[in-house]
Amino acid sequence: MAYIIEGNTGAWEVVVGLEVHAQVISRSKLFSGAATDFGAEPNTQVSFIDAAFPGMLPVINRVCVAQAVRTGLGLNARINVVSHFDRKNYFYPDLPSGYQISQYQHPIVGEGRIEIELADGSTRSIGVTRLHLEQDAGKSLHDQHPTKSYIDLNRAGVALMEIVSEPDIRSPEEAGAYLTKVRSILRYLGTCDGNMDEGSMRADVNVSVRKHGEPFRTRCEVKNVNSIRFVMQAVEVEAKRQVEVWESGGTVDQETRLFDSARGVTRSMRSKEDAHDYRYFPDPDLLPLVLDEAWVEALRQDLPELPDPKKARFVGEYGLTVYDAGVLVAEQATANFFEEVAKGRDVKTAANWVTGDLFAALNRMGRTIEQSPVSAANLGKLLDLMADNTINGRIAKDVFTAMVETGDDPAAIVEARGLRQVTDTGAIDAAVDAVLAANPDKVADYRAGKDKLFGFFVGQVMKAMAGKGNPALVNEVLKRKLS
Amino acid sequence: MSLDPATVRRIASLARIRVEEREVAQLQNELNTILGWIEQLNEVNVDGIAPLTGGAQMALKMREDVVTDGGYPEQVLANAPDRAGPFFAVPKVVE
Amino acid sequence: MTMFDLTLAAARDELRARRLSARELTQSYLDAIAALNPRLNAYITVTPERALAQADAADAALARGQAGPLTGIPLAIKDLFCTAGVRTTAGSRILEQFVPPYESTVSANLLRDGAVFLGKANLDEFAMGSSNMTSAYGAVENPWKRRQDTSAVLVPGGSSGGSASAVAARLALGATATDTGGSIRQPASFCGIPGIKPTYGRCSRWGIVAFASSLDQAGPLARTVEDCAILLGSMAGHDPKDSTSADRPVPDFAAACKRGVKGLRIGVPREYTMDGMPEEISVLWQQGLAWMRDAGAEIVDVSLPHTKYGLATYYIVAPAEASSNLARYDGVRFGLRENGEDLRDLYERTRAAGFGPEVRRRILIGTYVLSAGYYDAYYVRAQKVRALILRDFTEVFSKVDALLTPTAPSAAFAQGENMDDPIKMYLNDIFTVPASMAGVPGMSVPAGLDANGLPLGLQVLGKPFDEETVFAVSAAIERAAGFSALPSIRAGA
Repeated sequence: MAYIIEGNTGAWEVVVGLEVHAQVISRSKLFSGAATDFGAEPNTQVSFIDAAFPGMLPVINRVCVAQAVRTGLGLNARINVVSHFDRKNYFYPDLPSGYQISQYQHPIVGEGRIEIELADGSTRSIGVTRLHLEQDAGKSLHDQHPTKSYIDLNRAGVALMEIVSEPDIRSPEEAGAYLTKVRSILRYLGTCDGNMDEGSMRADVNVSVRKHGEPFRTRCEVKNVNSIRFVMQAVEVEAKRQVEVWESGGTVDQETRLFDSARGVTRSMRSKEDAHDYRYFPDPDLLPLVLDEAWVEALRQDLPELPDPKKARFVGEYGLTVYDAGVLVAEQATANFFEEVAKGRDVKTAANWVTGDLFAALNRMGRTIEQSPVSAANLGKLLDLMADNTINGRIAKDVFTAMVETGDDPAAIVEARGLRQVTDTGAIDAAVDAVLAANPDKVADYRAGKDKLFGFFVGQVMKAMAGKGNPALVNEVLKRKLS
Repeated sequence: MSLDPATVRRIASLARIRVEEREVAQLQNELNTILGWIEQLNEVNVDGIAPLTGGAQMALKMREDVVTDGGYPEQVLANAPDRAGPFFAVPKVVE
Repeated sequence: MTMFDLTLAAARDELRARRLSARELTQSYLDAIAALNPRLNAYITVTPERALAQADAADAALARGQAGPLTGIPLAIKDLFCTAGVRTTAGSRILEQFVPPYESTVSANLLRDGAVFLGKANLDEFAMGSSNMTSAYGAVENPWKRRQDTSAVLVPGGSSGGSASAVAARLALGATATDTGGSIRQPASFCGIPGIKPTYGRCSRWGIVAFASSLDQAGPLARTVEDCAILLGSMAGHDPKDSTSADRPVPDFAAACKRGVKGLRIGVPREYTMDGMPEEISVLWQQGLAWMRDAGAEIVDVSLPHTKYGLATYYIVAPAEASSNLARYDGVRFGLRENGEDLRDLYERTRAAGFGPEVRRRILIGTYVLSAGYYDAYYVRAQKVRALILRDFTEVFSKVDALLTPTAPSAAFAQGENMDDPIKMYLNDIFTVPASMAGVPGMSVPAGLDANGLPLGLQVLGKPFDEETVFAVSAAIERAAGFSALPSIRAGA
């Protein structure tokens, strides 16, 4: 279903391109040996290079380059064997040198593609224009003093990958799905932790609207949106705003806007007349970055299995539905968890337990799969206890609840609480006899043809046996005694 | 290409150098003299020539990803004209 | 003969033989500075306590027989090299209070080898100038005097004017300098001393306040070609902290000085002349060629057709890079701050007050040539012409081993001359700039005096990383010229 804004003058289509700024996972900064850890004391992770002291020079970090190459490979993108670093010149107190070292004309990664999945089960392919390496800026704190801004340069110089999409995105949902997919790929690769709360992944959202079949209209850039939900909201409200502007006879100006998440609106940033004259030129302190093709190939060989191939494998190898496979591969930790549970066991049961009971429990607790109180090994043991008839499915739910509470081994829980299922036919016979004796009228009705009452008898027997009766045996005995 | 006073002011503003109104005419004159002299480069046939960007004709060397620097906030802040505890301080920036 | 007549090499021998102590030598130079610097203004900052402490350490090392290549040698350090704990101004008001917490690689190399630092030498502001008149710390006087007009105060050239004046006036045994378009060679020529700009990448730029990163290169100024070779041997070397530093071994430059020129092919580029150049410079050039021929070299006429475009190219590339390199002087982390009504006003007032007129002019030019709509017409075109200049050199160096040219189109001029028109001043560098654009090594050697009794230099250019041939040719010129004239203002006179 196409996303359409119905205006007074007809239907409008939304056109979105995203620039994702992803902080590279590395120990030290892109051009200096200062540390990159999040949350350090102000200005403690700052070298004289990061603070742009006179005479300081940049030297590039091999791991940051490798991470960019790996990400490019993960995005099915072209790796540019020769790339260049340029200076983007502008004055801002958290940009110590007065320029950001970035890659303007010759980025390290060229065109690629990302498949996104939508709620209706459809998929779309979104073009990636480029990925380039650049320096992050420091942090300005505007709320610490009535008349001053404070500057912390700990983040200044940390490596960023800017991943630019084509304007192929057509709805808030697609924007969300694209970001989710990018984040998933980055996390699989271990090139960015994708943590939008800590700002290690941020997005600039380029939005325009148009009538069907028109060329692109003027776009606005909504800067630094820091959650997937906000990106989706920003697309929605900015598109609506632009439709209103056009329909009221106005013109949308190309400008930079901020998303105010509290009020759910975008607003213009205090515009600067020279904001767009960045005077890019090749950084003379650096030389062309020339990649060794064998090195790139080695990085390619070393890539982990990524979400799309893994999903295809889960469908092909395990016979999972596309939907279940998609849910299981979204996070690498989930996929690994699932595979550990499924190994040597019934795959569909494993998938159902992971996506059903386990996800529900984690959701309730607000935990990630890495923080799950139920380990993959223990969930696997639970499945084994069902498979070898130690417990039945009904009891398994109780055992699982106990596992969530205690983190204990399911076999221990079963033993401690006496939950083994009863397969002793004598005990089942006795329970059945008692239930039939207590309900003579229902027995008569059943025998008169009310077959549906069979379930009632099963329930009563199981209740009498505290749920521990072997369901198959209970059925068998009931059938025999009722016939 | 000749600079007008508005361009002089725009360039000065881009470079964040305050230029007093009375200085504009002289600056305009000086800059135009230099730019006019530079125009001689238009005589040179540069068709098909790749720009030479740097001073060194080598490829970039990469360093290993090891923390070797930082951890000296006092030295970083020691020359600051205005500091507030562990921060540099500037007049408040409004976005 | 006084202590001040010793060359660096000779002083080193005296120190090693313990006929002279480092303290004695250093104290003599400090006394000379105290006597003459108020007039010459060659030093912005003198550091006597540090110098004497270093001299004492040198004497201790000498006593232990652990002398390095420069142990006890008193030097001047251009105030563009950051020196740990010693104010480094770059000749600018904007860095008047700046004390670097780190030592530049080049000066650290000199300290490693035992050198004694007397102080920080004056220079044109941010190394932008050819007369040392743009320094925020006052002009430097050239110790040489015109015979007929001894009252005229001559400039030492620039930007390394303080370094050149200090060495010429014997206020140091040698000095560090930097050359972006001629800032070592032109002052060397004006002050009657040798000086070499090595190949781009030979010396680390780490810790040197940047002017134009793709051109800046450190080198020495000293009393003799051999002294320059000794100093460069210590200054040079690969530095992993500078991505443009060349990972090559440092040859024995001093040994190369003794090679001679027999069998070398020395090119004479016909374009190295200009209107209004004094006849005596052409005559000296021919004399230099004759000396080389007599010493066994073959002289070859060559052409570097894009020579005349070097300066215009330079005045796009260098200001463009400078406009960006100098953006960090914003009054936030170090240096001067002028308060304003808001941040932008603070930036603009700080930079207007902190930078002098020439620096402001170059930043504006650089900003303009990089700005939207002009980048291709100016900057990209200049880079293409730069590629042609490099190609000229590459082609010529496939035919010859070195080139011989005049260093500058004039002898030292007086303060106030050439000041009315920036381009007139820029033309000083017309013969030095092409080698800077191509990154090749160039050395100026004093070869004679003009009619006024002022020194004139000849320039030797070599292939990239072949400083050895440059030293061989320069030393041969030095021997043939027998240049022994001394400036009238000097220590020990």
